[in-house]
Amino acid sequence: MEVGQLQRRLVDYTKSLLTEGILDDQFSQLQKLQDESNPGFLVEVVSLFFEDSEKLLNDITRALDQQGVDFKTVDAYVHQLKGSSASVGALKLKNACVAFRSFCEEQSMEGCLRSLQEVKQEYYNVKNKVETLFKMEKQIVAAGGSVPKTE
Amino acid sequence: MERNVFVSRRRIDGFDVSPSDSAEAHVLAVDDSLVDRKFIEQLLKISSFKVTAVDSGRRALQFLGLDEEKSSSVGFDGLKVDLIITDYCMPGMTGYELLKKIKESSNFREIPVVIMSSENVIARIDRCLEEGAEDFFVKPVKLSDVKRLKDYMMREVRFGTTNSGGTNKRKLQESCDLTSSEPSISSLSSSSSDSPSRSPISPSSAPSSIPTPLDSPVRRLKMTNTGGLI
Repeated sequence: MEVGQLQRRLVDYTKSLLTEGILDDQFSQLQKLQDESNPGFLVEVVSLFFEDSEKLLNDITRALDQQGVDFKTVDAYVHQLKGSSASVGALKLKNACVAFRSFCEEQSMEGCLRSLQEVKQEYYNVKNKVETLFKMEKQIVAAGGSVPKTE
Repeated sequence: MERNVFVSRRRIDGFDVSPSDSAEAHVLAVDDSLVDRKFIEQLLKISSFKVTAVDSGRRALQFLGLDEEKSSSVGFDGLKVDLIITDYCMPGMTGYELLKKIKESSNFREIPVVIMSSENVIARIDRCLEEGAEDFFVKPVKLSDVKRLKDYMMREVRFGTTNSGGTNKRKLQESCDLTSSEPSISSLSSSSSDSPSRSPISPSSAPSSIPTPLDSPVRRLKMTNTGGLI
């Protein structure tokens, strides 16, 4: 595929992620923040986000696995995950966290377990999609082109 | 324009030896979230600030030299801090507690402090402002918010500008748009009056460098510009 096609594909893909609500404008803002002095910024932040999220998901899973579940602790983890999701623009994931928190408040074990599944799903989904996006960017650069800015 | 190693000096004197060196102000960013730290760091760098990012209130105090264990008034590498921006919700010491400690300190209370939080709770905002915070940003922080930070640093600048008191005490998301246009409206003359003219006197160069002798109070311009800001 030639560069122009690759670029168009990327733009379309990004747009679809925004339309579907998987990503929101915050992600676009992050893209814009990338500049010559810090060309790896987006990938760096997102990688940190992935690491951080996976750790949090483990923490949450473990916390829910306790004999006496401390919902405040669970909530604190979910709060963190919600925060970083918002910071990178992972909208659906963030919303799943919001829902999760209300179950924490209700101290509903069932609700929490369900939410955890939801959150995990949304997480892997956004991770997948963003990784695909990054791959596309790499292809463009490899083909000698530059990554088009969305919008 | 010597580089002061003592954080307090420039505030106490009332006039300034301009922030740090090379006209780049130094911001101390505090956030326990790694992702958010990276993010705010980039926002600040893009806006031409020097940044030191730490992960807790405790570390922030250590950096400033306010920690009980250390009593030097010099930061780790002697850079003075021109503004502190901190997350509210942090384990150990909250941003609010950090704010209080700073405002209680005779050496550092003049440093403007901005709070960030993902929760837009009026009571929280009020409490922080009452304690002396300059502003309160709702996360995710926007570039336009960060650009506004320059306003808070200008107030003690040596040309004797008195703050017109028109500082934004609330974060109003939409109205940030006006202020987000970078100093193309540009720098004011060095006699910075309270009602600045709009005409560019010496257009500052691109956002990344501010060569004007006075890191001009573009803020004032922005304040008067944006009628919508309370």
